[in-house]
Amino acid sequence: MIKYRVNKTKHVDQTKTVSFDFDGKSYHGFDGDTLASALLSNGVHLVGRSFKYHRPRGIMSSGSEEPNAICQINENTDLTEPNVRATEIELYEGLKASSQNCWPSVNFDIGGINNFISPFIPAGFYYKTFMWPKNFWKKIYEPLIRWSAGLGKSPTKPDPELYDHKHVHCDVLIIGGGISGIIASKIASKNNLKTILIEDKNILGGSTIFQKNENYKINNKYSGEWIDEEIAELKKLDNLTIKTRTSLAAYHSYNYLLAKENISDHLPLDKRNGDIRQRLWKIRADKVIVATGAIERPLVFNNNDRPGIMLANSVKKYLDFYGVSCGFNNVIFTNNDSAYETAVSLKEKGISVEIIDIRKKSNSKIVKNAEKLGVKIYWNSTVVNTFGHRKINSIEIMNLSEDGSNIVGDKNKINCDCLAVSGGWTPMVHMHTQSGGKLDFRENDQTFIPTEIDENHINVGSCNGDFELEEIINNTNKKVKNFLKVSETEFDNTSVLNSKELDKRNIWLLPNYISEGKCKSFIDFQNDSTAKDIKLALREGFKSIEHVKRYTTTGMATDQGKLSNMHALGIIADTAGVKMGTLGTTTFRPPFTPLTFGSIVGRSVGKFFDIIRKTSIHEWHSQNNAKFENVGQWKRPWYYPVNDEGLHDAVQRESKAARDSAGILDASTLGKIDIQGTDSSEFLNRVYTNAWSKLGIGKCRYGLMLNEDGMVYDDGVTTRLGENHYLMTTTTGGAANVLSKLEDYLQTEWPELDVYLTSVTDHYSTASICGPNSKKILTKIFPDKDFSDEAFPHMSYQNAKIDEINCRIMRISFTGELSYEINIESKYGKSLWEKCIEVGKEFKITPYGTETMHLLRAEKGFIIVGQDTDGTMTPIDLQMDWIVSKKKYDFIGKRSLYRSDTIREDRKQLVGLLTDDPNEVLEEGAQIVSDINKKPIEMIGHVTSSYFSPNLNKSIALAVVKSGKKMNGQKLIVPMENKKINVIVSDTVFLDKENKRINA
Amino acid sequence: MFLINCPYCGERDQSEFSCGGEAHIVRPKQPTELSDDQWAEYLFMRKNIKGIQFERWNHAHGCRKWFNMVRDTSNDKIYAVYKMGEKSPIE
Repeated sequence: MIKYRVNKTKHVDQTKTVSFDFDGKSYHGFDGDTLASALLSNGVHLVGRSFKYHRPRGIMSSGSEEPNAICQINENTDLTEPNVRATEIELYEGLKASSQNCWPSVNFDIGGINNFISPFIPAGFYYKTFMWPKNFWKKIYEPLIRWSAGLGKSPTKPDPELYDHKHVHCDVLIIGGGISGIIASKIASKNNLKTILIEDKNILGGSTIFQKNENYKINNKYSGEWIDEEIAELKKLDNLTIKTRTSLAAYHSYNYLLAKENISDHLPLDKRNGDIRQRLWKIRADKVIVATGAIERPLVFNNNDRPGIMLANSVKKYLDFYGVSCGFNNVIFTNNDSAYETAVSLKEKGISVEIIDIRKKSNSKIVKNAEKLGVKIYWNSTVVNTFGHRKINSIEIMNLSEDGSNIVGDKNKINCDCLAVSGGWTPMVHMHTQSGGKLDFRENDQTFIPTEIDENHINVGSCNGDFELEEIINNTNKKVKNFLKVSETEFDNTSVLNSKELDKRNIWLLPNYISEGKCKSFIDFQNDSTAKDIKLALREGFKSIEHVKRYTTTGMATDQGKLSNMHALGIIADTAGVKMGTLGTTTFRPPFTPLTFGSIVGRSVGKFFDIIRKTSIHEWHSQNNAKFENVGQWKRPWYYPVNDEGLHDAVQRESKAARDSAGILDASTLGKIDIQGTDSSEFLNRVYTNAWSKLGIGKCRYGLMLNEDGMVYDDGVTTRLGENHYLMTTTTGGAANVLSKLEDYLQTEWPELDVYLTSVTDHYSTASICGPNSKKILTKIFPDKDFSDEAFPHMSYQNAKIDEINCRIMRISFTGELSYEINIESKYGKSLWEKCIEVGKEFKITPYGTETMHLLRAEKGFIIVGQDTDGTMTPIDLQMDWIVSKKKYDFIGKRSLYRSDTIREDRKQLVGLLTDDPNEVLEEGAQIVSDINKKPIEMIGHVTSSYFSPNLNKSIALAVVKSGKKMNGQKLIVPMENKKINVIVSDTVFLDKENKRINA
Repeated sequence: MFLINCPYCGERDQSEFSCGGEAHIVRPKQPTELSDDQWAEYLFMRKNIKGIQFERWNHAHGCRKWFNMVRDTSNDKIYAVYKMGEKSPIE
């Protein structure tokens, strides 16, 4: 076996072996490796297949920009995770990883056939192909696309891990722990600023930490050694918090940032101990310094995607940081000086390397250094083809023409097992643009660099377009000093030695002797979009970069175009003959790297997902077998099954009991607003449609509240407790919104009114007792009270006491029965309820839930706002004209009731429906038609409430129907899937039109 | 995520607030005297500009007070906050 681990470094502990599995095969790496470096040390380059053509792909980079080496980890466990970048995951004992997007295996993948039919599946293939024949869609195309879509497998079981959120404030947040981030952190924290430094790797130092080249020295030390000392000092600083393994996800306005910290992802599964896996930091920083560095660009040439083709700086990192040589017969293909550092590193370790440079010359120190070491350099040359199926084995090169637009001369074949490419550097401006910053295009090295706009945020280092060591150190120092208003720092007199790059040449799409249509020059490696696809999109008329991106899917893979966007832009600019700077960029959206759902939701899972509100009587309901339904955040008893009763039987029994003897309902969840102040009556006049001034103290009145557009918003009974004191009730779901709306009017439209609103929903519990025997039950509970109709008439209220506890009794009814509501301080709610049940036993008092309540009120034709109304119903539509005051000058929504639209007679209006077959119960939501023969069939309305009434022994329904008011007695049809149901329009009140029961 | 300077409470996170749309639209004192068009102007017509916009905000999870804000919708810069009934410090 060939030994690729050629070098000992301090970052990988070669005494600690770590074993892991990849695609079912066991390998060894060392403590400090990533999955990628461990695989490379075993000579494994081929790690995945591309998305569209299923071409073999290898590890390309060493960081978050990796497009190819994405794996499924810990498959078949609860913890499995797709799309994990092998270059980012730290190796741990027992890690199991596997390739994605290949079947049956990465070495032999049937999908690879797509590579051979690729001329037939160009960009936009999906849009063009799956159009016909039409009947192929459901059975063939859709299942096929679904099978082949997506990368990796989602976990199927609930996530067993714990996630956390943390809010922090700081004076200065520094993003990126490379050389400029370290300088900035030191200046900030030494100037008494509370500073946080976040770094996505497990150690600080960026790419400087493995730099040991005589051309790059700081204060006469190798830059790698210098930065080691700086880091050691940094760790001693008091007001600096260093967060490693923490990646910035989003940079929002006003310096609000989200960062994800990996806490246990790097530990073996058996050492995680149920600790928090990831923590999402929510940071509000006074000032932000972005030091996110730059990403190396690949080059675009034919077959530039084979395993073994890597980024040049990553090859250097694998060698100098991890001690792994990616090949023994290396070729470097570059357009700039930085790749020469890789060449020098390789050569110094005795590893073979040659360089192909598209430039005509370069006289910098680092190039001379390479030449002196005997590295062969092919100037003014380009790679035109590569060979090797599962790993690169050779390349063909040719000379470039004078202007670089073509190739000249003969082909020259060179054998290699690793091709390290470098197309220059792209500043990571994602954070800057996410925060709202703009970009400028710099012609000389074809980069977009940030322009500062915000006084509370700067960019330093190579993310700001400073690529040379001297620039980085001096400019960072200078900018941070200005930004933090510091007069002097320890970096003021730093002596820096570096090689300066003087010669530049950039060609976005390298020329070839093979015709363009036959070249596979990849731009987006994961999504397989090529230069040819971009040009096709332009030919087909796409002009905007955002459109080209979506049509070709360039930049839409899991790496979000980190390696591909610049080339796509460059090729568009070259093809269209425009300046690249005028094209703009695609939008950089958060997150910068994918976030787990776990980290987004944090602890808000399971019972913490939403607030659960329970009434004080909840325990009793549970003990008495109640089934609950959610009403907003409330848990309300839905029905109380006896023995093995279902919903229908229970509701029939409960409804009958409430009308025949007595029923009791927990009405505590209704919204309650306490209204006080000298203008309370005037206020109610303005918010309800009916008149309130003349309501006597001790009386109750039903009110309907509209929106300013005239549509019904809420309803409820309000009681006048005193001269300037009312208690308003609202619907359960509307309580919070009604309070907000009323507050809004009071604060903004009518600040002159002396009115105070307080929500008292939670303060009182309410037991509502109804039925012909309710008066007897109340008399037993309150023996001193006179419940005669004269002393205590319908729609009135009285104070009373149970044992020494004050209660309010309202004689109001939502069921059409004689009915009383007892309100008591919530802490006594359960004992009140138990007392009612105890006393009511001899009358067979029956607890009923929301379903029975709905049925009872429907028998009486009472509406439920939100069920029989939907925000498009006026009181007139509801046939409730009686509640709209004609005398009042104004109330909310009044003017809208006679707009041209609201006075239309063919609006949908509330009606009753009776089925021809009294046992046929309509479905709520069912459509209603009048003429079934005239096509297209006109839907004239729908059913809003529907029940089988045990008291009337027939099916009843409420519905909204166009011009329904005029239709009483008319026959209509409710067409269902298998049948037509004949109905007749009726009055909305089905039971006791004379109100005998309420006044019984 | 804005940092909003509530005129009653001071700087708070945007998550405590809710936006109530365009500011300085006064409810007509005599709605019944308005034509359908005039009423519709009050009821439905709202500006949605790119640039400086006057907005109503409510410190919903705080003091529950309504106030006004001047915000540039193109970059979310907040130029002023002021109480209901007060004149905007910015024209």
